Amino acid sequence: MSSDTEDTTSGSESEASDSAKANSTLDFIEKLSDVPMGRLPPNIEFQRTRVECKADAPIHTDTFQYNGAYASMGVDNNLVDSFCDNFKVEVINLTEDEMEFDMIGIDPALANAFRRILIAEVPTMAIEKVLIANNTSVIQDEVLAHRLGLIPIKVDPRLFEFTENNTPNEKNTIVFKLHVRCERGGQRISVKSKELIWLPNGSEYPLEPQDTKSDSSSKPKTYTSFTCSQDSLPEFSDNPIYPTSGDITIARLGPGQEIDLEAHAVKGIGKTHAKWSPVAPVWYRMLPEVIISQDIEDEMAEKLVATCPVKVFDIEDIGNGKKRATVARPRACTLCRECIREGKGWENSIALQRKKDHFIFKIESTGVLPPEVLFTEAVKILEDKCDRVISDLS
Amino acid sequence: MEHGSLTDPSQSTFSLVDEDHTFANAVRFTLNQDPRTKFCGYSIPHPSDNRVNIRIQTTGDAAKTVFTDSCQDLMVMCQHVRSTFDKAVVDFRMSKSVNGMDIDSNN
Ligand code: SF4
Repeated sequence: MSSDTEDTTSGSESEASDSAKANSTLDFIEKLSDVPMGRLPPNIEFQRTRVECKADAPIHTDTFQYNGAYASMGVDNNLVDSFCDNFKVEVINLTEDEMEFDMIGIDPALANAFRRILIAEVPTMAIEKVLIANNTSVIQDEVLAHRLGLIPIKVDPRLFEFTENNTPNEKNTIVFKLHVRCERGGQRISVKSKELIWLPNGSEYPLEPQDTKSDSSSKPKTYTSFTCSQDSLPEFSDNPIYPTSGDITIARLGPGQEIDLEAHAVKGIGKTHAKWSPVAPVWYRMLPEVIISQDIEDEMAEKLVATCPVKVFDIEDIGNGKKRATVARPRACTLCRECIREGKGWENSIALQRKKDHFIFKIESTGVLPPEVLFTEAVKILEDKCDRVISDLS
Repeated sequence: MEHGSLTDPSQSTFSLVDEDHTFANAVRFTLNQDPRTKFCGYSIPHPSDNRVNIRIQTTGDAAKTVFTDSCQDLMVMCQHVRSTFDKAVVDFRMSKSVNGMDIDSNN
């Protein structure tokens, strides 16, 4: 830029100096080491793989999906081909309803798709219809029905079908009965979810007022049309259906109050209503990296250890009475950025980064299905989506 | 549903009903990774309409082919994720039960 403006203002005099300048620039360029072909220069590789968390804001937050992003440097940015070699999963913790694992070598687009599917598209069973015969409690019918809907039910939803054209049968509906009364003169009582009793034979409420003249041998029509009892089916014969927890308070009854109802659970997905979501939360974060680039010693080191609320730093002895801060637990870092806050003097000696393709994934199941099953189901759902699009197009 | 021109199959918009960011963003990733795509992107025209539009322009191949190939890629990736995940869970259970036995034998 500057040489351009010089050119137009001062005429031939500066031409000589210009060409000298050009020559020196050329020399400089020629002396540079070769641009490495087939490998990204470290600064660009850093931008590609890390989010840098500065005191004011994070930078390099985007991912480079385009396969030709580094074509000019002879680097193919294609991750699909190498995906099978690079992808890794490490399970950190796995219990009955909680799981933490690391997913390494995957694009956020996919990690996020799995998360979204877990929340909104993995089906479960939840109470959808409540037939209330009597409710004299202080809780209104609709509030009571809503509370019942949110109770997770321990049953494998894969054994059921989605309800179609409103025909409740043994393949798509689970019926529970709830009948509690608080006796007069007694103490107030809490109605807990363990009081929901599974009715394997379907609804007990007759659809129409019983006709006394009709032959009593045929069963009266009820709100469900079960062809057989659910507990005669092999899936449920020795594992009865009940809420995941028996200790959820549904309502409280005062003396003389009563609740008598029937609740029908059907299959659904979290997109329709959150009660069908199989996860309490599911979330991920990128792996944090904490790097001390300039030694922090003695009192400063002790101050640093005290600064971090999650105890990321430790102190090590480096001989002759000197101490130095080390990074002991980078994984615990929440990136609160307290340690690089302005005025503390560590802005330039500590670097906070996140690895863009390393996800710490955490699934907390509501107890409906174990978390590892939920994740496999979620991946299967994404596969089904692809399959559907392919067959729609061909 | 595909919206494109009859004369130039290399660019079209695919309108998918009942899909959202979940699928569109994931498939945008695999599309971007395909060297035959010149441009790809998606939009959700209206939040209360259950629909997503995926625009694909290619360097010459039919947009439809590139799109189905990308879906295929995504599916292969999913299968790999699933098998890797299952293996990791089995490994974890194994290592855990071995450790559990160690504790028992120490007692
Ligand atoms: S960012 Fe916060 S949590 Fe992380 S090391 Fe610094 S002080 Fe600790």
